[in-house]
Amino acid sequence: MDDFLQQLSHSSELAKFIQLLINAVTLGAIYGLIAIGYTMVYGIIGMINFAHGDIFMVGSFIALICFMLCIMLGIGWAPLAILLVLLIAMAFTAVYGWSVERLAYRPLRGSFRLAPLISAIGVSIVLQNVVQLSQGARSKPHEALIQGKMLLYEADGFAVNVSYIQIMVVIVTVALMAGFTLLIARTPLGRQQRACEQDMKMAALLGVDVDRTISLTFVMGAALAAVAGMMFLMYYGVTDFFVGFLAGIKAFTAAVLGGIGSLPGAMLGGLLIGLVEAYWAGYFSSEYKEVAAFSVLVLVLIFRPTGLLGKPEIEKV
Amino acid sequence: MAVISKPSARTAAGFDWPAALQDAGVTALIAAALGVFVIGFRTYDVSGLGLQFDYQLLDVLVACVAIFLGRLALIAASSGWVVLTTIIGAVLVAAALLLKLPSAFLTVIIGFVGAALMLRAGWAGLRRSDAGGAALAGASITIGHATQRLFPWLGPALLAFAVTLPFLPFADQTVMDLAILILTYVMLGWGLNIVVGLAGLLDLGYVAFYAVGAYAYAILATHHGWSYWVCLPVAGILAAMFGVLLGFPVLRLRGDYLAIVTLGFGEIVRIVLENWVDLTEGPNGINNIPGPTVLGHIFSSTAPEGKTTFHEWLGIEFSANHRLIFLYFIVLALALVTNLVTLRLRRLPIGRAWEALREDEVACKALGINPTNTKLTAFAIGAMFAGFAGTFFAAKQTAVSPQSFVFIESAIILAIVVLGGMGSQLGVVLASVLLIGLPEWFRELGQYRMLAFGLAMVLIMVFKPRGLVAHRDPTLRLHPAGAGKPP
Repeated sequence: MDDFLQQLSHSSELAKFIQLLINAVTLGAIYGLIAIGYTMVYGIIGMINFAHGDIFMVGSFIALICFMLCIMLGIGWAPLAILLVLLIAMAFTAVYGWSVERLAYRPLRGSFRLAPLISAIGVSIVLQNVVQLSQGARSKPHEALIQGKMLLYEADGFAVNVSYIQIMVVIVTVALMAGFTLLIARTPLGRQQRACEQDMKMAALLGVDVDRTISLTFVMGAALAAVAGMMFLMYYGVTDFFVGFLAGIKAFTAAVLGGIGSLPGAMLGGLLIGLVEAYWAGYFSSEYKEVAAFSVLVLVLIFRPTGLLGKPEIEKV
Repeated sequence: MAVISKPSARTAAGFDWPAALQDAGVTALIAAALGVFVIGFRTYDVSGLGLQFDYQLLDVLVACVAIFLGRLALIAASSGWVVLTTIIGAVLVAAALLLKLPSAFLTVIIGFVGAALMLRAGWAGLRRSDAGGAALAGASITIGHATQRLFPWLGPALLAFAVTLPFLPFADQTVMDLAILILTYVMLGWGLNIVVGLAGLLDLGYVAFYAVGAYAYAILATHHGWSYWVCLPVAGILAAMFGVLLGFPVLRLRGDYLAIVTLGFGEIVRIVLENWVDLTEGPNGINNIPGPTVLGHIFSSTAPEGKTTFHEWLGIEFSANHRLIFLYFIVLALALVTNLVTLRLRRLPIGRAWEALREDEVACKALGINPTNTKLTAFAIGAMFAGFAGTFFAAKQTAVSPQSFVFIESAIILAIVVLGGMGSQLGVVLASVLLIGLPEWFRELGQYRMLAFGLAMVLIMVFKPRGLVAHRDPTLRLHPAGAGKPP
């Protein structure tokens, strides 16, 4: 620890530390947005939506194609193009979320416990292969509309930069989170959702349309995943049919770490996973950065399965 | 009789056209929304020019029209308008045969959907008429009795076929290769069946134990010159130990958490294999792994220094097929051992505890079964068989690399178990032949193979959650067979 602090006191080390922190926050915002989809679905019907990572991947592809269409149609002004792409990607990815729930999960309510998870694995394979067959297996490069970065400060030849995309990612995430929290806390839809989460049967008895509420949960989760997909595309400048797998697992880890079922927990978990990944890759080895995320998942599940902000689950007979 | 004539009670008179059209229209719109971006525009990379795209919007449009008609036909069938369903089915088949559709894939799919709709209409029509309904019920009872009677013979018949296969005239090199591949998956499926089917633990990282077995043999054989027959038990035990190591902390988790953790473990093993270059030679993998020997006699046309080859030892002509036949019998024996152990274990207290745990964990705890230890044995035994299969895989391929042990491999094995019917031994065989054998046969459809796997997993869960072979003898009967039957 002393060594570490001593290293930090060298200003170039401090610069590296801050740069990694900035990258980690960006990464964490993206993971957090995906994690919300996992956490909401788990909260309401208690299943791991294994296909959610692939919904995110589909979102990134829809965003990619929309960006290309924007350029073709001559919409070059970045804010307008981004807003358009954001809305289109959210809307069309939401249709994916809705259809997956309707076709693959709803018929399984009341089936045996692992049935939805197995079905979800099937959906995940289908989505990956549909995209691979229609778009090809190679990764797709994408030149972001927003270029450039801000120099925060420079020390011993190590410059700390914040790119405009990173600023955009954080702003969009914070805005969406604020809107989303309001939606859950204040609107009738949010109230219905919370009611279903607490007791589905009772909610149904009191006139809540449970099927519709669950559908909307999937729709919202998919829309947020689409935002994450678009920002992932802009931040990394590349996407392919397999990005959903790892991103999905990390986001699921984030959801579990934050406490599954809890929205602020999902964001917190996303940030922590972003931190772990960025610093692990920065200070140890980038080869094993996936191992870091998986190890966090295993450790959290073993020692604190309710996560940081989650409520303990009581098993009813 | 009352039960059988029930469908005809549904009147065919009222067909709600506006509602049906609206429903079909909405379905087609949703399909259009799903397809328009991801399928409608095909992106491709042109060096220097960046990303470009082709338009496939026509394909999406055709598919949406087909979906509209198909949905309409299904609504018609379920409300008794069989004629409409037949007509639409015929139109789709005709369109597939006569029109020049934008892609071969669409042609095939639309043709099949049309045919399926006509079958559906025929089925619904037959059930609606009283005579047809009675005939159908009679036929299904007869078929049911026949399968019941034939079922016990199916296993031995398959076994006899498997044993004689290498000596049949059509068994050339490709057939033997395919048979070995299928049997490897049968064995993996049976091994995973212990974990998933019997103990009800969803293991998404099963391939990790397969990898442990394969690499254990590869390293021991190439670095230390150990023989296959020594490595086989060692690798099995090693894989079982890995199972215990992983299982001990995570088996107290709930079912779906367990699934994700095993997935994580599987990925960790693969990443370690890829990056621990000193031991595993990284992404290149380990090559030149020796194959199994018969009492030290190797399969090769010429013997190295100080050894004799198999054909010299027996004094017969050399043939490359000998090695394959030998490998075939090894994997057959390994698979049969797996099956036998599973069948015997199911009758032991531990096997009954597994099945009880799968059904109700809380009740088991109340009855004094230690869930963690019980699950741990299932996990370890499943892992051990994966380890055995891994050594065989390494010996057969003579090379191992991390690419063979990706998540999708676990998913395929799981698909075999799920499709076959969890817990059914015969179902695993059937599913392996279907999922592994068919795609090898139709090589040109290889790119659609994983798509079909995924679809099969979803469809099986939705329509037949107990799998293709749902029939499974109860392990334990409270009353002797037939005692509780109505007269």
